[in-house]
Amino acid sequence: MTGPGPFGRHPDAIDSVADGPPAVETRPSRLRSLPWWIVFIIGILYFFLPLLGTFAFSLRAQPLFSAYAIVTDDPQFFATLIYSFVVGILTIIVSTVLIVPTAYWVRLRLPRLRPYVEFITLLPFVVPPIILVFGLLRTYGSGPLPLAGSDFGSNILLVAAYTVLSLPYMYRAVDTGLRAIDIRSLTEASQSLGAGWPTILWRVIFPNVRTSILSGAFLTLAIVVGEYTIATFLARPAFGPYISLIGGNLAYEPAAVSLISFGLTWIAMGFISIVGRRSRTRLQLTGAH
Amino acid sequence: MTFLTLTGIQKQFGTSVAVRDFNLSAEKGEFVSFLGPSGCGKTTTLRMIAGFEQPSAGRITIDGEDITYRPPNRRNVGMVFQSYALFPNMTVAGNIGFGMRVRKRPGSDVQKRVSELLELINLPDKGDRFPYQLSGGQQQRVALARALAIEPQVLLLDEPLSALDAKIRVALRKEIRSIQRQLGITTVYVTHDQEEALSLSDRVVVMSEGRIEQIGAPPEIYNFPATPFVASFVGTLNLLAARVVDGPSGRLTIDGQEIRSAQAIASTGKVTVALRPEAVELGEAGGPNRLTGSVEDVSFLGSIVRTRVRLGEGATVSLDTFNDPGLAAATVGDTVTVSFPPEAALVLAGEASAEESIEQAIAEG
Repeated sequence: MTGPGPFGRHPDAIDSVADGPPAVETRPSRLRSLPWWIVFIIGILYFFLPLLGTFAFSLRAQPLFSAYAIVTDDPQFFATLIYSFVVGILTIIVSTVLIVPTAYWVRLRLPRLRPYVEFITLLPFVVPPIILVFGLLRTYGSGPLPLAGSDFGSNILLVAAYTVLSLPYMYRAVDTGLRAIDIRSLTEASQSLGAGWPTILWRVIFPNVRTSILSGAFLTLAIVVGEYTIATFLARPAFGPYISLIGGNLAYEPAAVSLISFGLTWIAMGFISIVGRRSRTRLQLTGAH
Repeated sequence: MTFLTLTGIQKQFGTSVAVRDFNLSAEKGEFVSFLGPSGCGKTTTLRMIAGFEQPSAGRITIDGEDITYRPPNRRNVGMVFQSYALFPNMTVAGNIGFGMRVRKRPGSDVQKRVSELLELINLPDKGDRFPYQLSGGQQQRVALARALAIEPQVLLLDEPLSALDAKIRVALRKEIRSIQRQLGITTVYVTHDQEEALSLSDRVVVMSEGRIEQIGAPPEIYNFPATPFVASFVGTLNLLAARVVDGPSGRLTIDGQEIRSAQAIASTGKVTVALRPEAVELGEAGGPNRLTGSVEDVSFLGSIVRTRVRLGEGATVSLDTFNDPGLAAATVGDTVTVSFPPEAALVLAGEASAEESIEQAIAEG
């Protein structure tokens, strides 16, 4: 049977019905998501416009990209950057060694102290770095431990001060990581199998909060690389004071330095997420089980 | 020979007493269960044997050695937890071998023992898996293997099956018992599930409010409960208010209807009669004791049908019959007679107060 038969109208009718509802439904759902798109676009603009502006400004130096060439040719640039990275890594090591056992012990044995410990770790948000560094200089400038008098001593003070600055990030990250695992049972299981405290921390607790340590470490690195006040007052050859120095003396180069350090920070973030991915998937799956 | 002893163990947390005057001696290779409701002190006692808690008073010895205050990592005690507590960062083989590596055993020994244990728990090809890749039942078997790997003197299990579903629970329970028998390892098992305790154990310790209510073999606990608590906690029980008519001959009335107990009753006035639902029969074939009432409820429990009969003034008697497709169950509202032998009527004293007299009554009975 060809042409519109007795049933010819029905398929048409069904088609129109089938076409109808999606058309009606799509419009409001698009309308509904519109505000979110606007927020998203504003967010993108908020984050990327300054970068674009900085980039455009850095290109004004003639010849093109000469600002980048001048910066990367400056031995100070890499020297200060490497110095800050090394200090950052030392800070991460010191704060990990201090904070993981502390957060673990507080969760395991001293849960009542937790609010106080949290308050102490939040102090760096309240006490400005300038106060901290003056306190350090007054305490260690002379007296029984005149650390600020030597380069080595000042480096120790710098790492110590940065460890304090990283407290809120490190402690929160590690504490959240510890909450995700049943540390009490894991500790007791290790003990009943004959493990002492160092073995429990090193073989059981550390590996299971590795991702948290990494995310805290990343924030710590980002803070340390850009920190200005403490490094300046302790007269350390760090990256923060360097940016400030060339910012005061040159026009286009600071823009180039900012973008390069931004890029390096992103690389560091990517590195941490790659290193952390393996253990993170594992922990997530365990948690979901 | 006594292998594990707990003498006069007490544990206080602040002012509250969690465990009081706990005495137990277990033979080598014996399977002992601690049974009781939550908060009865059974887990606290187990944790004191493991060393995670220290007793406020008393002494714990294993094979004659006092371990009361020895730290948990220097006791040779294996522990299995309700939450499995496997190390998420290690493989199954890594978990099982952990205790041996901590003890610095050579790598080849560890490997050999790990594969032996994987065979024992029927997971020979799962050594390189991570815990999250296993089911709950498999994880708990790995936890058992991990605890056994260190060849502990005593194996402790803290409600190891509570997190598993019913079928796996029964299967794993049998497996735990057969492994325990095979290795002849002294085992303490904590549970709130009476069926688990009764089916697994050589001896059951029933606990309530930090005290031992009764220690005995499963049939003894079930058939001759020493206290009203044991009677009501282990198994289902009808507790009926009764009045003594003639103590020495065991004659009483329940709800105005006269019955006879096989025991002589020392007390007069009000007593409580305990009746197991499986000892009561519908009709008159169950024994000379008969009670009449109306059917209030019939619940079908699969292999068993539980019928609740209300006697005149409000007391109810539950009775169990095997499900028989050829027989019609009672209908709600029917007037029925239930019957039971004198031996089934266990007389407990008055308002569940004087435990000594109950024990005495049972001993005499």
